[in-house]
Amino acid sequence: MLSIKNLHVSVGDKPILKGINLEIKPGEIHAIMGPNGSGKSTLSHILSGKSGYTVTEGSATYQGKDLLEMPPEIRAREGVFLAFQYPVEIPGVSNVYLLKAALNSIRKHHGQSEVDAMDFLTLVKGKVRLLEMDEKFLYRAVNEGFSGGEKKRNEILQMAILEPKLCILDETDSGLDIDALKIVSEGVNSLRSPDRSFVMVTHYQRLLDYIKPDFVHVLANGQIVKSGGAELALELEEKGYSWLEDAEASA
Amino acid sequence: MAKANSSAYVERYADVASSLCGQTVPWLQQQRADAILQFTEYGFPAIRDEDWRYTNVSVLDKQHFAMAQKSVSAVITADWLKAYQLVDAWSLVLVDGYFSAEHSVLADLPEGVTVMSLAKALQDAQYATVLEGKINGAVSQDENGFVAFNGAYFVDGVLIHVPAKLQVSKPIQVLHIATQELTAINTRSVIVADELSEVQLIETFAGLECAYLSVAVTEVFVGQNANVTLHKVQVESEKAIHFGGTYVKQARDARFRHDNFALGGVLVRSDVHTDLDYASECELNGLYLGVKRQHIDNHTRINHLKPHGISRQLYKGVLDDRARGVFQGRVVVAEDAQKTDSQMNNRNLLLSSDAEADTKPQLEIYADDVKCAHGVTVGQLDEKSIFYLQSRCVDEETARNMLTFAFANEMVDKVKIKSLHDLILGQVLTRFPQEGINKEWL
Ligand SMILES: Nc1ncnc2c1ncn2[C@@H]1O[C@H](COP(=O)(O)OP(=O)(O)OP(=O)(O)O)[C@@H](O)[C@H]1O
Ligand SMILES: [Mg+2]
Repeated sequence: MLSIKNLHVSVGDKPILKGINLEIKPGEIHAIMGPNGSGKSTLSHILSGKSGYTVTEGSATYQGKDLLEMPPEIRAREGVFLAFQYPVEIPGVSNVYLLKAALNSIRKHHGQSEVDAMDFLTLVKGKVRLLEMDEKFLYRAVNEGFSGGEKKRNEILQMAILEPKLCILDETDSGLDIDALKIVSEGVNSLRSPDRSFVMVTHYQRLLDYIKPDFVHVLANGQIVKSGGAELALELEEKGYSWLEDAEASA
Repeated sequence: MAKANSSAYVERYADVASSLCGQTVPWLQQQRADAILQFTEYGFPAIRDEDWRYTNVSVLDKQHFAMAQKSVSAVITADWLKAYQLVDAWSLVLVDGYFSAEHSVLADLPEGVTVMSLAKALQDAQYATVLEGKINGAVSQDENGFVAFNGAYFVDGVLIHVPAKLQVSKPIQVLHIATQELTAINTRSVIVADELSEVQLIETFAGLECAYLSVAVTEVFVGQNANVTLHKVQVESEKAIHFGGTYVKQARDARFRHDNFALGGVLVRSDVHTDLDYASECELNGLYLGVKRQHIDNHTRINHLKPHGISRQLYKGVLDDRARGVFQGRVVVAEDAQKTDSQMNNRNLLLSSDAEADTKPQLEIYADDVKCAHGVTVGQLDEKSIFYLQSRCVDEETARNMLTFAFANEMVDKVKIKSLHDLILGQVLTRFPQEGINKEWL
């Protein structure tokens, strides 16, 4: 699904990612943890095509194609989805408008006709119920005036409707209370399938109680300093990151 | 001494003066005489005048516009009219400034409501009495050169009168249509809403594809606790020069709202001035879209004369190509106007590096217990928003269109009359020719 090799990324002269290697196979769930400022969001952004970064070395291959060459919208249409750490408010563009525009772009990209209006509403309303949202959110401007938790839920709603192949969740659990976390996790779990992969950036092992990862990676200072199974998250919860950084420094 | 740019109009005034409306009304004859004197002395506004510093009308030096005559043949087709005339409203149509009974739809007006040609009203002693003190009652001849020019030259216009306590069931539209190349069109309109009445009005300015000068002055008198909403939809032809002045007097507790859509014309100036009495409220909204070499100047002035007045202003501009937009907003709070609550906002979106926005909010506050705020922005589309949309499969160009449209649409969405909303939306969309906006999704 996704193969990242020795990826180095800078902002201006400042190196941020310093040689990331990551292999993600279809159906796998990878959790990425790590201290603030270690480069987790940068990795999410570079995978989804945000401008302002320079790749100085390395590659990212998605379904056999050079991911870094594709414009962001093509990546999205090919199935890469980023749930933002800080979803952007778009006044004047309604949620339902954006969802339909997005869905139709994907369909067009795959040579399909536009979605039928009734089918679309049925689909969307079903997902709204799944995420226990109010239908009113559909007709509000994208994220405008939403609470932090509502914004995160809205990201997952979009994901559930667009059915991407590679789902990157950047701290989707931050700012969610327990009830909302359960609902969002159920939403994510309902999307799990053998041909869909997840990259979940999180600070909290709590999320991983609900969505069990196959692998946990620790990103520190722009590098993956440790990888392991789900149990690594528990260890991190207990010990924090400093032992890893210390180990790295002394290595 | 006549200024160069006005001399031709001054010299030829004598030729037409005797054919202008209101010949039998002595006070109006006197006002016209004063107006042409004023115009002779000062001519059209010059950029050294602070209120006109961003808008140069010296093109009127080079190009003379002959006074529009009443056209004899019906040049506008029903189909063309359909694009501008609202079906669920009463409408009075002025073609080249002159009342057109043929195109107007005025049957079954509520009892007591007057919607009629100003020229006709001036022929009738009963209406002429209503008009005395109203024409040039909300604006003075020396306000600016266009007002004086208009005061001397207006050929017709409309009188709208809503009696006390009446809520007019449907909107009333005044549709100005220009059809003649290189002509000057002068209209004067008077709107009187008596106490406790309520009315929704639309002034539409449109024209066939030709160059003309359209000068329209509207005076509005909002009675005590009355409620008037006036929408201005300016979709003049691409080559038109437009001056529109809306001058308002609000009585105690009166509410006035003005929605100003400035979409057409090549050189456009719009004045909206209002005087607020005790606890009266006004809301001034504006959207100006400039493309190519359009120049659109919006000038507002709110005079808070008495305590407890509320004013809200939001003007938004979208400027592409080499277009230039101007917002000059002035709020004056008199010494006596304690507890005034005023907000003024102007937001500009520049879509090209050659586009320009000049914004100048001015607050003059002479009272000490007031709440006055203002904010202006001039900026480009937000890159974060563009990336967010791209990450949701939308290509960059469409994302830009969507955001631009969303920015403008905030103003369109404020219009609650469905047919008018759709008409304006249609006009806005034709000015975003890209494929990006799919109307059915809205
Ligand atoms: N546009 C930028 N300009 C300058 N520095 C940047 C930019 N973007 C990111 N950085 C820096 O890169 C580093 C990594 O940032 P990033 O947002 O990827 O961290 P993170 O791991 O997601 O942190 P958090 O856990 O706080 O979300 C930080 O030091 C940050 O300040
Ligand atoms: Mg982050």
